[in-house]
Amino acid sequence: MTTTVPRQAAATGPARALAWARKNLFSTWYNSLLTVVFGAFIVWAAIRLVGFLFDIDTTIIRVNLRLFVAGRFPNDQLARLWIGGYITCAGIGLFARAIVRNAEFKAIDAGMAFDRAGWRAVTRRFWPLLMLFAVILGFTRTILPTLLTLLAIVVGIAAFLLGGMLPRGVARRSWLIPIVGTIAFYLAVAGFGGVGWNDWGGFFLNIVLTIAGITLAFPLGLMLALGRRSTLPVVRYMSVTYIEFLRGVPMITLLLMGAFALGFLIPGDRQFSLFLRLLIAITLFQSAYIAEVVRGGLQSVPKGQVEAAQSLGLAPWKTMRLIVLPQALRNVIPAMVGQFISLFKDTTLVFIVGLLDLLRAAQISTAQSEFQAQGLQAVTLPFAALFFWVGCYVMSRESRRLERKLGVGER
Amino acid sequence: MTSIETPAGGVRPPFWRDVRVIRIFLQILAVVVVFGTIWILGNNLRHELMKQGLPTNFDFLQRPFGVNISDSSFDRGSRVSAALAAGIKNTFLLAIVGVPMVTILGTLIGVARLSTNWLVAKAAGVYVETIRNIPPLLIIIFVFNAVVLQLPKPNDPATPFNSFVISNLKLVGPSLATSAGAGALWLIILVGVVGAVVVAIWRTRFSERTGEPHHRLLFGLGVVAVFAVIGYFATGSPVSISRATVDGRVITGGFGGLGSYFAILIALVVYTSSHIGEIVRGSILAVPRGQTEAANALALSGFQRLRFVVLPQAFRIALPPIINQYLNFVKNTSLAIAIGYAEITVITFQAIGNGQPAPQLILLLMAAYLLFSLTISIVVNILNRRLQLVGR
Repeated sequence: MTTTVPRQAAATGPARALAWARKNLFSTWYNSLLTVVFGAFIVWAAIRLVGFLFDIDTTIIRVNLRLFVAGRFPNDQLARLWIGGYITCAGIGLFARAIVRNAEFKAIDAGMAFDRAGWRAVTRRFWPLLMLFAVILGFTRTILPTLLTLLAIVVGIAAFLLGGMLPRGVARRSWLIPIVGTIAFYLAVAGFGGVGWNDWGGFFLNIVLTIAGITLAFPLGLMLALGRRSTLPVVRYMSVTYIEFLRGVPMITLLLMGAFALGFLIPGDRQFSLFLRLLIAITLFQSAYIAEVVRGGLQSVPKGQVEAAQSLGLAPWKTMRLIVLPQALRNVIPAMVGQFISLFKDTTLVFIVGLLDLLRAAQISTAQSEFQAQGLQAVTLPFAALFFWVGCYVMSRESRRLERKLGVGER
Repeated sequence: MTSIETPAGGVRPPFWRDVRVIRIFLQILAVVVVFGTIWILGNNLRHELMKQGLPTNFDFLQRPFGVNISDSSFDRGSRVSAALAAGIKNTFLLAIVGVPMVTILGTLIGVARLSTNWLVAKAAGVYVETIRNIPPLLIIIFVFNAVVLQLPKPNDPATPFNSFVISNLKLVGPSLATSAGAGALWLIILVGVVGAVVVAIWRTRFSERTGEPHHRLLFGLGVVAVFAVIGYFATGSPVSISRATVDGRVITGGFGGLGSYFAILIALVVYTSSHIGEIVRGSILAVPRGQTEAANALALSGFQRLRFVVLPQAFRIALPPIINQYLNFVKNTSLAIAIGYAEITVITFQAIGNGQPAPQLILLLMAAYLLFSLTISIVVNILNRRLQLVGR
C-alpha cells in the first residue's frame, strides 16, 4: 500500500480550507452550482437517513438475529456452531501467520528485507468487518454472545501467535491448515449426531455455499481452461461449448435445473438433498467462469517460458505443472477473488428455490405475526445488505491490494 | 508441442508411444466419456419422466397454460408456447428500456467520479462502492417492497397533475392517443426524417468544404419539427395527449406498466450502472494523458475535450466490457422471479408449478437466454472489429 503523504503539508487554518474549497468545490460557476445542488441533496438525504435510523424499531432484528446468522439451526445444538467458529478463527489466525512466516523464510533465504503489516494497517484495512461485528453484537439480547465473540478473538490471536513458532517445514505446507480446519469444522458442526448441511441456513449458508462452490468448481474450471487451450481439437471444442453455454445463461436457470430437473437424471428413489443439488448446480455454473479466469492466467504466461521448459527437455505435463501453472495461478488470484465476490452475491438466489439463506430470513421474518404488514423490509433488507456489503467491500479492496503487490499486468 | 517426426533410422515407435496415435486415442476417449455420460443421463431422464407420467417430448407446449398473466391480454386458456412468448416479450421490454438507461446513468457516474468537483467525485464514489457490493437480488426486493409497495393502494391511487395514476399495482403516465388520419401524419413525419437526413448530409459536406460548424443535428431536428407541425395541422390534429384517469380501480388512457416492472427496472438500472460507471472511469483513465493535454493545447473547452477527444477513445476501450454488462443486465432480469414480474423465467417457473415437465422447460429457458447472448456476442464482435480498424 502506498503511504499517503498529506499533499499540503502545512495545510492548516481557515485560509487553507478556503483555498481548498475554492479549488475543489467552487472553481467555476457550474462547479459552484453543482456543489450547491449536490450539497443540498446530500444534506437532505443525510437528515432523512439519520431520522430514519432513529425512527425505526429494530425489535425485529433483535428477535430474529439467530435466524439471520444461522437460519433454523437447532437451539440446543448452537454450541457446535460456536465451536466451529472457534476452529475457523484458530485456522485463519494460524494460516495467516504461517503464510507470513513462509514469506519471511523465503525473504531471509533470498537475503531480502521483509516488512510486516502493523496492527494499525490491519485495522485500517478491515474496519468494515469490525463494524459488522460491533453491529451484530449490538443487537444481541444477552451478554453471552459478546463474551463468546471476545473469546473467539482471543483464540484467533493465540493461534496467530502460535503460528509464529511454526517450524519451517510446517510453514511451507501451510495449505494443509485450511484442509484440516475444514474437516475439523465439519466434524464439529455435523459430526457425532450434529446438524447436517440440509439444516444449515442464514448468513452461514451463504458463506458455506460460496466457499464450497468456488472450491469444488476450481478443479473443474482448471480442467476446462486447459481443455480450451488443448491442441486436441475435439477436447477444445467440447470445452468451448461447455464454457460458452453456461456463460450464456443466468445462474437462476441452473438453480431451477438443480431444484426441479436434476432429480430426473438420477435413477431410482435415492435422491440428493436440495442443498446438494443446488451445490452441484452452482459448481457446474461457476466452473465455466473460473475456466475463463484461469485461461486469462494461462495466457499471461510468456511463451518463452514454455519454450525454455521444452528446451530443458521437460515433458508437456511437467511443463504445465512446474512452469506454466505456478505462474498462471499466481496471476489469477485477484480475478479469482472477483469471482468469489460475484458468487457470494449470487448465493442469495438459492432462496428462490427454497433454501433459507440470509435474504430469505430477512424476508420471512417480516411475515411473522407480530411484525406483519408494517413495511419492516425497510429494516431487515438493509441489515442483510450490510453483511454482504462488508464481505464484498473488504474482499475487493484486499484483491486490489494483492493485485498491486503481485504487479499483475505490469510485466 | 512434441515433435512427431520419425527417428533418424526411419523406425517408427510402437503405436502406443506414437504421438499421432495417442492424440487420436485421447480424442476418441474424450468423445466416448462425454457423449456416454450424456447418453446415460438422457436415458435416465426419459425413464424417470415416463415413470412419473410426464411427457418426454415437447408436445406439452400445445397444452393450455392454465394461469393468467397480469397486465396482458393473455388468458388462462392459451397454450404454454403462447405464455412463453409473452414472457420473452416482457424480458425484451425490460432490456429495451433498461439498456439505454444504464448506458446514460453509468456514463454520468463514471464521468462524475473523475470530476474536479470534490463533492461530486466523492458522492459518485460512495454510490459505486455501495451499490456494486450488494447482491442485485436484494436491491430488487428492497425496491419492490420498500419503495413500490409503499405507493398508494390501487383503490386509492395518487393522481398528480391529473394525468398520472400511481398506485403500487400499476404506474401510468400520459401518452399519445391517435385518431383517424394519424397514419397520414406518421407518413409526413417519415418524409421529414428522410429530408432531415438529406439536410444533415448537405450540412456535413458544407462544413467539410468551408470549415464552418455544421450544426447538422440542429438542422435535421428543425426539418423534422417543421414537417411534424405542418403535418399535424394539415391532417386535422389526429394526435392528442391522453391523460391517465382512474375510476374506481379502472385506469383509462395513458401508458404505463406494472409496479413490479418498474421495481425490477429501477433496481437493475441502479445496480448495473454502478458497474458501467467503473468501466467508464477505467476507460477514461486509460486514454493517454497526451490526448487531454493536446486538447487543452488546442484550447478546447472542458465539454469539447470530453465530447470530441476523450470519450470517443474511451468508448472504444469500454465497449467490450460494457456489452458484457448489457448481457449481465439481460441475464439479471431473470431475478424478476423474486417479485413475480411475468418475464420468461417466471413463466417457466409457473409452468413447472402447474405440472408441466421441468427438464424440457428449463432447457427451453436456457436456449432462449443463450440465443440472445450469442446473438449479442456476434454483433458485438463484428462491431468491435470495425471500431478497432477505424481510426488506428
